[in-house]
Amino acid sequence: MKRWLGLYAVAFFAFLHLPLLTLAAFSFNSSRFTVWEHFSLDWYRAIFRDRQLMEATWNSIIVAIAATLISTVVGTLCAYGLWKRGSRLLTGTLYLSLVTPEIVTGISLLALFQWIFRWLHWHLGLYTVILAHVAFSIAYVVIVVSARLRTLSRSLEEAAMDLGANEWGAFFYVILPALGPGIVAAALLALTVSFDDYVITSMVAGVDSETLPMVIYAMARRGASPVINAVSALVTLFFGILIVISERVREA
Amino acid sequence: MNPILELRDLVKDYTGQRALAGISLSIPQGSFFSLLGPSGCGKTTTLRLIAGFEEPTSGNVLIKGEVVNRRKPYERNVSTVFQSYALFPHLSTRGNIEFGLKRHGLTDIDSRVADAIRLVGLMGKEARRPTQLSGGERQRVALARSLVLAPDVLLLDEPLAALDPKLRKQMRTELKAMQRRVGITFLLVTHDQEEALSMSDQLAVMNEGRIEQIGSPEEVYLHPRSKFVAGFLGAVNWIEGVGVRPEVMRIAREEQNHGSKSFPATVTDSVFLGDCFQVAVRLNSGEEAVAQVHRSSPVFQPGEAVHVCWNPADEIMVS
Amino acid sequence: MKLRFWFVLPTWVWMTGLFGAPFAIVLAYSFLTRGYYGGVIPPWTVENYQRLFDPLYLTILLRSFLMAFAATGLCLLLAFPAALFISRSPKHKNLYLQVVMLPFWTSFLVRTYAWLFLLRDTGLINTTLLKLRMIHGPLPLLYNDGAVLLGLVYAYLPFMVLPIYATLERLDPSLPEAAADLGARPWATLLRVIVPLSRPGVVAGAVLVFIPCLGAYLTPDLLGGGRTVLVGNLVQTQFTTGRDWPFGSAVSMFLMLLVLLVVWGFLRRESELFT
Repeated sequence: MKRWLGLYAVAFFAFLHLPLLTLAAFSFNSSRFTVWEHFSLDWYRAIFRDRQLMEATWNSIIVAIAATLISTVVGTLCAYGLWKRGSRLLTGTLYLSLVTPEIVTGISLLALFQWIFRWLHWHLGLYTVILAHVAFSIAYVVIVVSARLRTLSRSLEEAAMDLGANEWGAFFYVILPALGPGIVAAALLALTVSFDDYVITSMVAGVDSETLPMVIYAMARRGASPVINAVSALVTLFFGILIVISERVREA
Repeated sequence: MNPILELRDLVKDYTGQRALAGISLSIPQGSFFSLLGPSGCGKTTTLRLIAGFEEPTSGNVLIKGEVVNRRKPYERNVSTVFQSYALFPHLSTRGNIEFGLKRHGLTDIDSRVADAIRLVGLMGKEARRPTQLSGGERQRVALARSLVLAPDVLLLDEPLAALDPKLRKQMRTELKAMQRRVGITFLLVTHDQEEALSMSDQLAVMNEGRIEQIGSPEEVYLHPRSKFVAGFLGAVNWIEGVGVRPEVMRIAREEQNHGSKSFPATVTDSVFLGDCFQVAVRLNSGEEAVAQVHRSSPVFQPGEAVHVCWNPADEIMVS
Repeated sequence: MKLRFWFVLPTWVWMTGLFGAPFAIVLAYSFLTRGYYGGVIPPWTVENYQRLFDPLYLTILLRSFLMAFAATGLCLLLAFPAALFISRSPKHKNLYLQVVMLPFWTSFLVRTYAWLFLLRDTGLINTTLLKLRMIHGPLPLLYNDGAVLLGLVYAYLPFMVLPIYATLERLDPSLPEAAADLGARPWATLLRVIVPLSRPGVVAGAVLVFIPCLGAYLTPDLLGGGRTVLVGNLVQTQFTTGRDWPFGSAVSMFLMLLVLLVVWGFLRRESELFT
């Protein structure tokens, strides 16, 4: 049976990776059809000439960084608070935010914003996207940091206070540094989730605040252009780098 | 001389349970004091009340004559060596040891740390992280980390429990020597009576939230005041209401007269333990006993008729 | 320590304001009436929920359920042998796990688009088959239920592999040995010992796949064209082109109810499995 399992595993891994690999491979095809002509970087150059694409990428970066910073800080503090004393209600709410279908989260946030805008006369924009991203990222951060916290002995805080640190000092000088890699991993996860989000973002973004996934989606809907292949390859590379960094940090 | 640590009628309740039912003791400066008792007797609770991790329900904790009940751990000049050592994983040996000095804003950190490292014998291991140290080395870091602050009392929560038996014996001698050298009062909590007897100047035997007896090791071992204390500190045979320890019992083939009590009995088992024989007997009166005799004594077979005897002066009488 | 109150406060504020409040609003909207220019107006009504029972919408709900079910079943069949393989490898376990997880960590959009690239009429599969003269005209591989199913399975397969692997990993290795010792051949050991004992992982994986598939929007949208309408698409159209927020809200609430039922069922079974 072992041999069959091995063969199956190879087929399985191939199935998982081939679609992405072929996508990336054809991003280097000079022709826009799925018949190989010759190697070319034209499509990559086209990316940088596309103004809309560049702006959207910049928006995605801003949103991702802002949302990651906020959700990592808020989530880490929350994980610590829950570690000291659990709250079934809060933990339940966070898990609920994870199982809620993205489309439901998206429309509900849209409903909220539109309702508020009736009084304040504001508009959807990049800031609504950031607010939304923080809302769904917090749960991820709490989970990752909580997992790391559970590996720490509870006596660490007592030891810190025993040696002269007050409650805040115990958190700042002992718990936070001991959590270090966990916090970085959580931040990278939040970054990934934010950068990749399409559904929620599409519902709450303003006209001028398109993100990269939104542009990719629009291009995919319109028709095939190898520019999408090139963008996809670059995005995949970017995410891949984030994962490698995350793994390295986790091993530290 | 005023005691450095005093507990007065200390009571601690948790929901539905009374952990301490009124503990009082007084520890002189510079001594090695132990709290001995089975798990759940309240010894660790007592330690935590002294350290400041919990507040007493009633009663007082006094350090150098001052009531410190409400003071936080970082406001008391006592330091704890935790059972798990609780070393900070992200700091090196040096980092762990300097931690308390930095939080207190003390100067002269480098030389104090160097002294502490020399005291516990960790030279050359300053840069290592806790995961790179052995169990015994980690314990030394925990000791150094606390001692470097020159606390009024050093609290040790079952510090030898995590070490393997051979290392334990070695550390007992070292800890005792360390305490003598630095002159700081040590308060040790343990369930191991050998540990308490070998290291302490004085010890308190606890059971179910109360102190049963306080005294020197000899006092408590030779003159226990209750059946519990007698039984906890070593094996005891109870014969006709009187306690006799196995090691003071002798087995003889004939009745012994000159001053010893002597009872006829039958040998039920004899086990050779290397340094002694453990001979189990049943007295003709029906009671069972175990005697510990030197290995040079004659070998007794199960079924033999013998006499067990002991010197009445070695008896344990409890009220 | 009152410090911990301040630590959880920001999260409370955020979750109440940006999760709880929106929910409450949608719940309220689901009982209101559609306004003339979109938006909502009184009167309060249960009409939106009644509309859910219209055969048109019931079909959509049923299809979503079946699609999620099918995707979960396929994921299970495909993932189990892979998880088995990884748990049995003497070395490189972590490497294999990373190989499985790697596609998951790339963009979801990209992974879905990859199938668009492969399956469309001018996509790689069709052009290759045409070149090899195996077919005469492009096969309609895209914009149907099959493509959506494929997309869903591809997207959530790693979610099934991990829990099953975790359970298999923790399996006492002496159990299959005992089975062999008592006379069971490899297949019998697999079916009668290993598979039953892998139930916790299978159940966990099934939940992790079923729930996102139930609420899927992007995959049916991109890979199904307009033809495969699942609950997620229904909600989205009501809030955009359909301009029927109350009805969209009702559908959303119903979807949430289904999701919560699945989670509740899982939690109840979880505790049963461990007592």
